[in-house]
Amino acid sequence: MQLYLPIADLPVNVILVLAMGAAVGFVSGMFGIGGGFLMTPLLIFIGITPAVAVASVTSHIAASSFSGALSYWRRRAIDPALASVLLCGGVTGTALGVWTFTQLRALGQLDLMIALSYVVLLGTVGSLMFSEGLRALMRTRRGALPPRRTHNWIHGLPLKMRFKRSKIYLSVIPVVVVGIMIGFIGAIMGIGGGFILVPIMIYLLRVPTSTVIGTSMVLTLVTMLFATLLHAVTNHLVDAVLALILMVGGVTGAQFGVRAAQKIRGEQLRLLLGLLILSVGIRFAIELVIQPADLFTIRELGVSG
Amino acid sequence: MRRAALAFLLVLLLGSAARAERLIVSVSNHRVTVTPNYSGEELVLFGSVEKDATTPADRTTYDLVVTVMGPRADMVTRRKERTFGIWINTDYRQFLQVPSYLALFANRPFETITSPEIARRQQIGLNNVLLMQRVSGDFADVVPNDAFRSAFIRLRTQRGLYREDGSAVTFLTPTLFRTGIPLPAEVPIGTYEVEIKLFANGAFIAKTETAFEIVKVGFEQFVATTARQNGLLYGLVTAAMALMSGWMASIVFRKD
Repeated sequence: MQLYLPIADLPVNVILVLAMGAAVGFVSGMFGIGGGFLMTPLLIFIGITPAVAVASVTSHIAASSFSGALSYWRRRAIDPALASVLLCGGVTGTALGVWTFTQLRALGQLDLMIALSYVVLLGTVGSLMFSEGLRALMRTRRGALPPRRTHNWIHGLPLKMRFKRSKIYLSVIPVVVVGIMIGFIGAIMGIGGGFILVPIMIYLLRVPTSTVIGTSMVLTLVTMLFATLLHAVTNHLVDAVLALILMVGGVTGAQFGVRAAQKIRGEQLRLLLGLLILSVGIRFAIELVIQPADLFTIRELGVSG
Repeated sequence: MRRAALAFLLVLLLGSAARAERLIVSVSNHRVTVTPNYSGEELVLFGSVEKDATTPADRTTYDLVVTVMGPRADMVTRRKERTFGIWINTDYRQFLQVPSYLALFANRPFETITSPEIARRQQIGLNNVLLMQRVSGDFADVVPNDAFRSAFIRLRTQRGLYREDGSAVTFLTPTLFRTGIPLPAEVPIGTYEVEIKLFANGAFIAKTETAFEIVKVGFEQFVATTARQNGLLYGLVTAAMALMSGWMASIVFRKD
């Protein structure tokens, strides 16, 4: 069944896109992440321009993180104070990201930057997660206890604030910086950033696991909504029809993913996620290094992206 | 004023007197609508060569070249080069107001229809069509084998947007002809100009023009226009749609 996408300006197979949404939704439900880092590359691989893919996926992530955030809210697993401080940074970062996106697009280097960011970010995060998962798996084999958490330099920074629900006393500086960073890369790469944000919040900011996912989902939700809005206003690249198909597939797939995750152990889950992230990064690296089939590309100015 | 009018009339009379053939053409559909399940279609152009008393009696075979040009747009062609081990866009050329769709059809190979000189002047064949480039401040079309120009034509051809076919026009009788105009799925919307040029024994003898329009209708046209003209409203609606579907999902799949 073919459907014409109005902004991407090409016909796609609805079943294919629905299936992609469901598959990514499955993975995202399984690992408790937004799945943007998988969705955007998949869309690029089926022929949608990176610019349209990034801009449209932002609204898809907003939808899936909203449904997640609602259920975490009901379980009181969101820290409103921490979320608001993160958002101050997140909104600034998103605005900066969309501005950079527009500049790069005019220079003709947007596709390159998207690919490079994927290689660097997914390569790093993927290998860290993979090695950490391996070590954790070995530890449980040997029956050793996980290393005790200690305070680090971040807890020596000024401007401290008490976050009641998370029961932590923390400087706002690193929180805002993390927010800016996630907002920025999210807007450029079309990812929610949950898979980077959650580890940072756990290992660096020492946010307890009870509030970390819910709170990070709030940040994802607001930055992605804001990114959708900015991409729509400045670049006119958000394809609402594409986004809607992805949303429908995504939320359905996520439900099955959550159920599947309950059958797998935490360490194995992290190992798998690390492997997945790493392989997407490697896929982009290969694209950059091997000689492209065609050295020339055309972009129409003023007609479409 | 009167003299000018007289001169004009004279030119008109002389012009029509010198023109021994007249071309009458029509396309099967003057308004193509792109709907959600549009996956390309083919228009048909019909026509006939009308002779009159001044037509030389020995002139029996004609050659015909049909040029279809879509709405014009500026385009940039970029070339990748290996830098620090990865492939990066380095050099680029800007093509100014070039047709977004371009099709050239003839009843026999272009180079056999007329002399290279006339072919160039009448823009017969993709190699002879004028594609204006901006080359460091100057405006010019370059030689046909220029790397950027040929890459541009090759890429457009791959997408089915540029095409050249020296056997697409068929003469049903010595004076009645038809040709198909294939329109790919990702056809640009706008007004398409069709130029039909008639040749006999290598000489250019008559020309006529027609046009058709490609419009997007229905929902996706509405979406595309809104996205371009009311970006903020479009963004807000999309954001609201995201929230709605997220909320619906949390209700439908609610476990507690």
